[in-house]
Amino acid sequence: MTGAAAIVIALVQLTLFVFLAPVLIGVIRQVRARLEGRAGSGIWQPWRDVRKLLTKNPVRAADSSWMLAAGPVTLLVSSLLLCALLPLVGTLPLPLIPSDLFVIVSVMLIGVVALALVGLDAGTAFGGMGSSRHMTVAALVEPTLLLAVYALSIPAGTSTLSLIVETRLATPAVIISPVSLLAMVALAIAIMAETSRLPVDNPSTHLELTMLHEAMVLEASGRDLAWLELGSWLKLAALLGLLSNLIVPWGIATEFSALGVIVGAGTVTVKILLLGVLLSVGEVFLAKARLFRVPELLAGSFALALLAVTASYLVA
Amino acid sequence: MTALEAGLLGQLLLLVLAVAAALLTPTRWRSRVSGTVCTLLATAGVVTGAIALSGGTGSLTIPTALPLDPLVLSPDKLGGLVMIVVSAVGALAALFGIGSARVASASRTAWLSMAVFLFGMQLVPAATDVVSFLLLWEIMTLGSTALLLAHHATRGTVASALVWYSAMSQLSFFFVLAGFAMLAGLAGGTGFDLLATVDPFSWQASVAFLLLLLGFGGKAELVPLHVWVPRVLPEAPGHVAAAMSGAMVNIGVYGALLVFVRMLPNGPAWWGVLIMALGGVSALYGILQASVASNLKVLLAYSTTENMGLVFLGLGASVLLRADNATAAADAALVAALLLMLSHAAFKSTLFLGAGAVARAAGEMNLDRLGGLGSRMPWTAGAFGAAAMGAAALPVTSGFVAEWMLLQALIHGSRVDGEVVSVAASVAMPLAVAVIALTAGLALLTFVKAYGIAFLARPRSPQAEQAREVPVIMRIPLVIGALLVVGLGLLPGPLAVAIGGAVGPEFTPDVRIIGLAGVDARGIDAVLDPTTFVVLAGLLLAPVLIAVFVSARRHPTRISPLPWAGGGSRLRPRMQYTATSYAEPLVRVFDDVLRPSRDVEVTHVGESRYLVERVHVEQTVSDVVETRLYRPVLNLLQRFGILARRAQNGSIHRYLSYSFVALLSVLIVVSL
Repeated sequence: MTGAAAIVIALVQLTLFVFLAPVLIGVIRQVRARLEGRAGSGIWQPWRDVRKLLTKNPVRAADSSWMLAAGPVTLLVSSLLLCALLPLVGTLPLPLIPSDLFVIVSVMLIGVVALALVGLDAGTAFGGMGSSRHMTVAALVEPTLLLAVYALSIPAGTSTLSLIVETRLATPAVIISPVSLLAMVALAIAIMAETSRLPVDNPSTHLELTMLHEAMVLEASGRDLAWLELGSWLKLAALLGLLSNLIVPWGIATEFSALGVIVGAGTVTVKILLLGVLLSVGEVFLAKARLFRVPELLAGSFALALLAVTASYLVA
Repeated sequence: MTALEAGLLGQLLLLVLAVAAALLTPTRWRSRVSGTVCTLLATAGVVTGAIALSGGTGSLTIPTALPLDPLVLSPDKLGGLVMIVVSAVGALAALFGIGSARVASASRTAWLSMAVFLFGMQLVPAATDVVSFLLLWEIMTLGSTALLLAHHATRGTVASALVWYSAMSQLSFFFVLAGFAMLAGLAGGTGFDLLATVDPFSWQASVAFLLLLLGFGGKAELVPLHVWVPRVLPEAPGHVAAAMSGAMVNIGVYGALLVFVRMLPNGPAWWGVLIMALGGVSALYGILQASVASNLKVLLAYSTTENMGLVFLGLGASVLLRADNATAAADAALVAALLLMLSHAAFKSTLFLGAGAVARAAGEMNLDRLGGLGSRMPWTAGAFGAAAMGAAALPVTSGFVAEWMLLQALIHGSRVDGEVVSVAASVAMPLAVAVIALTAGLALLTFVKAYGIAFLARPRSPQAEQAREVPVIMRIPLVIGALLVVGLGLLPGPLAVAIGGAVGPEFTPDVRIIGLAGVDARGIDAVLDPTTFVVLAGLLLAPVLIAVFVSARRHPTRISPLPWAGGGSRLRPRMQYTATSYAEPLVRVFDDVLRPSRDVEVTHVGESRYLVERVHVEQTVSDVVETRLYRPVLNLLQRFGILARRAQNGSIHRYLSYSFVALLSVLIVVSL
């Protein structure tokens, strides 16, 4: 019974996030445009972009391989898996595949690898450059990510996300404990780096020296580009959803009921849109860090995560 | 005669047959006949191992003419498991050799030593006492040395690599010998069951522990005893490298298991800390060197150091947690270490075989000169890709399952029922998680680079452009290897249960099968079912694929020679990123550890300071351990050698005076 309920919730999460992810990007861009004194293209523009890209003929290089077609689909599926597995609307675990954080990180890494291979397959200098930088950042983010996971798992005694969220819901004191705060800051920096946001990567640049994400998708077009964009947006939305549910777990459905699901869907929508606005406002005041300063930032967030784990032993 | 005895005897007979085949068959047929017999020999090893693992008993006694006890071969369950792993890799390597061995690697010596090497390797886990263990160990080492020597004729660099290999393998043999001697002296016998009676808290046991750790760590290519690996493996042909790096390293792990599971299972906590440190340093150092390597085989060789480092990290965690009474997590860490060993054997042998196929097709191992092989060699590319995913620990390969298990064991290790177990564990576990995470991240980059640069994009040299797919006989082991990498990842439940049975009775991991073939580690409260996971991914993939097909029918793909060209117009293959440029950011970040030497030479046009005619960049990353640790020692030795040369100047007078002094000193000593 819980199995069926979990499947329903997973389906709700999937539909909600596929709809919501482009809107989130639209909101982020629109807020940023307004703050910079531009009119902006409206919050529906990303949706219009995807629709437009799907009706174009993709153009591929003669030397490229099947990777250019398969990579974008892989990225999209990995992001969809994130949306299905993470506790976004409800915390009911799917049968046999609990939302284990280690599994979730590796699902995300599949998408990272697919994107990096697409960048390489294009056979241009830009693609390779973006791919190389992207993988370097991904490699350096990994320790922070897993240590933050470790720190979060200590109060709940498990690395299963839905249980972690439920623990935080039951004992809100956990949320503002120093361990949790340090871990959340580390996790937030790691997520910014993973999703190619400022200060690690500038999502709106096409300047050759600063591109990371954009350099990899330069050679993709038509539906390939649509999948790549949608996949990246979904990843951002899902990870922001996770972050918001860890900070403010209230509203998430812990048991299955129609009302609970509606409330869960509504609150998570509000939460990620708010986080998106915050992110956008923050980005207006941030400049992109030099590529070789990024490791310092990541080392800082790693130190926070390590501090979080060791602090948990001192506190306990 | 039991089935197990028949299997052991069968291996002995097949060895004789393989030796005969190597010596007697004419050149034209040698690879086919010898390769087939070697494959059979290794398959007999798999069968024997399976019998031992499933509980078969029996022993084969070989009398010796020496004043020693007869050699008794009788693998237990753990031995059977390791025997299956090394023999399976050996079988794949021999099968690949049928197609790939040419000229030097198809000589009599080569096939003869291949058979001896395989035989020694797959029977080491059957040894029941120190003498037979060391004898078979040496047979394995000698076989592999002769196997490498067979290539001496064609390449000059082999000689120096071989000197390193012999010196390092004898060094690790010495450590193992000394360690066992220490234990045997204490126990009063050489049987493994006798050695198990030694008290692990005596100081002799600790000395023996250090010696054995160094010895077995050396065989498993751990830092700082790994220096031979990046020299030797690139010189070996693909199938030999696969057998050495995919199978022989596991014998090092088996040795360590013998010590920490069978003989001294309840050692003090500092043993665990030391093993973890050794493993952690090896893992990080190995993957860092691999990530900046441009030669495909050097990359794979260093990655072996990384994986073995992770295996030892798991073993060390198991020893430490057991000493701290966190038994459930300790058992899970042990299972994870064995899973890592299994998965490493599968993906590393496939990767080396793939490298062998690339070497044959393109005659080039430098990634900077490869590219575009994916469309030219689809089978090799597919197998290499699957194995690379395993090496990068991506779902749902065996590498992923193993690393997941290790991480779960570590995060559950520092607490039992909410209570902190010990200070050592609460510092060691987070650090170990961080090390594994960084290793995993760098492994991801390394294998994206290896696959992406070699198999995707456009060829970077004419050799790569003209590469053709290898013959069917070489594709078969490649495909089997790739299937094993994915298959083992889909069946973690049965695997973990088999491993749990093999490490008993001292260790009793509480693992069960859940779902179709998922693993349920009760002790640490963790569940993973890759099959369900694949089904879910498939369900999500279906609508996307439908959308792709609908869109593709309405808006077909256009192929253009260079559609966007990164905004440029004269895009040549040489302008693509290479393996060296791919790793450049990493070299900068880890400048202090890697210490690259870079040489930039700019030639200007005429008198102009602004127009450049040519830029020559050369970058070499040397092995810090070799330059800082081994070079000083070697230089010292060399200085002694030069000093000793002065004593030998060829003058007859001097030699006469030497004898006179010698005679005098003897007389003085006698008279005292």
